[in-house]
Amino acid sequence: MLFFSFFKTLVDHEVTIELKNDLSIRGTLKSVDQFLNIKLDDITVIEEGNYPHLSAVKNVFIRGSVVRYVHLPANAVDTALLEDATRREAANTAAQKTR
Amino acid sequence: MAEGDESVAAVSEPLDLVRLSLAEHVFVKLRGDRELKGQLHAFDSHCNLIIGDVEETIYIIGDEEDDDTIRTVKKTSEMLFVRGDSVVLISPQTQ
Repeated sequence: MLFFSFFKTLVDHEVTIELKNDLSIRGTLKSVDQFLNIKLDDITVIEEGNYPHLSAVKNVFIRGSVVRYVHLPANAVDTALLEDATRREAANTAAQKTR
Repeated sequence: MAEGDESVAAVSEPLDLVRLSLAEHVFVKLRGDRELKGQLHAFDSHCNLIIGDVEETIYIIGDEEDDDTIRTVKKTSEMLFVRGDSVVLISPQTQ
């Protein structure tokens, strides 16, 4: 839930997604769901020469499971807030297990 | 569980070690001969991570047969989300 909420705060920001097949796609984050599937608009493929078949594609849905990394704009991330949210999430998960 | 207050208990389950590394430098080993070093800002129970000021090292083993030479490629990123299914291990880094 933590990362789902986090990615929702990044909607309309530019991100670069590196897939497990080494393809990197840069675009505007348009939406995200609980599986961390991601919709990107206005995409460009990094090192497009290697992947010319994607040059006509303007927006994509990326299945969450094929993502390796998402490169984020550092100025759009509040790290202190993230660390607090992580501690809260960890405490919640621990509390659920004891019940 | 009869151990009492969970929030004070130091390391009672594996992910607690990761919790103690929050906001600290960590070393992360990933599938596909990749390693990351950076500051841990977030994680969840799937080992999804957010790491800041990351240095990524990729080990590329010689592509021809009988070629055992290892080439390393280094990349940096200011803020990186890592999907948990690629994570092999997370270790606190003392430096």
